[in-house]
Amino acid sequence: MKRARYAILGIPFVILAGLVVTFWAGLLHHPSIIPSPLIGKPAPALILPRLAHPDQQVTRAVFRNHVTLLNVWASWCVSCQYEYPTLLWLQRHGVRIIGVDYKDRHKPALDYLRQHGDPYVEVAYDRKGLATINWGVYGVPETFVLGPRGRIRYKYVGPIPLSVARRTILPLVQHLRISEPVS
Amino acid sequence: MIRARTLMLILLLLPAVLADVKVAKAIENHPPLANPVLERRYQHLTEEIRCLVCQDQNIANSPAPLAANLRYEVRRLLFTGASNSAIKRYLTRRYGDFVLYKPPVQPDTWLLWFGPFALLLTGMITVGFLVRRKSRLYEREHGEGRVP
Repeated sequence: MKRARYAILGIPFVILAGLVVTFWAGLLHHPSIIPSPLIGKPAPALILPRLAHPDQQVTRAVFRNHVTLLNVWASWCVSCQYEYPTLLWLQRHGVRIIGVDYKDRHKPALDYLRQHGDPYVEVAYDRKGLATINWGVYGVPETFVLGPRGRIRYKYVGPIPLSVARRTILPLVQHLRISEPVS
Repeated sequence: MIRARTLMLILLLLPAVLADVKVAKAIENHPPLANPVLERRYQHLTEEIRCLVCQDQNIANSPAPLAANLRYEVRRLLFTGASNSAIKRYLTRRYGDFVLYKPPVQPDTWLLWFGPFALLLTGMITVGFLVRRKSRLYEREHGEGRVP
């Protein structure tokens, strides 16, 4: 009987511990990062003019046979400037990066690339930010990693810190080159 | 006495004032759709879709540029003849279930939907159990008789 009463006294502490764990997890969870349902799926449609040559088009075909990073950016985006050294680092390490210029004006975007150095093999121009809705983009910067068969393997929301590029993205790119041989 | 009545009046009018604020907040940057049926569906859908930038607002009330783009998409899909559920599916396939203000009932949201009822049930059972035990104790100490 007495032991049962002590057990009952313990219940509030168990509940408290549960709440502490729940709230702690809630603090670590970042609400602005929404997990993408597109991971593991083939690249959604993408038909956009090239930034440098608006009369030419960028399509999904750019992903074929290469492991590619798709980086959504804009010249007005401050966190993109913070991310820029990481992109240049990835480029130096042989990563193929395709850019999507998001809700930008033409000239500032080209000036930006000239000033900061251009990490992209190709830049598509999404002037109104409507084409990237297909990709579930809701801000800049956002970055996708695609395998050589055009499947989305990874998404990073926000500016990529160099540590994430070093520890996660570059190893993933190298892994995908081996594990998903092109047909 | 007069004070109390004034307070009552304020409390009664408060919802009206708040409703007015809500109307003032409407930020639709597009004229109503010509087809009233589509317009009604448009209103309904934009109130159920969450803006992913200001996450506590639906796209009908959010001034974020992304919300304007999502409203544009909803209008475009309405004109193609898509059903409400097809439009919602279109958005959840791209942004996940989070884009819906009302989460769908599915295994990973069962806790969210039924958790509160489970807690209520547990509480009721616990209270019932405690009350019965207390009254049994009372009866043992005071003999048979009416429990006050």
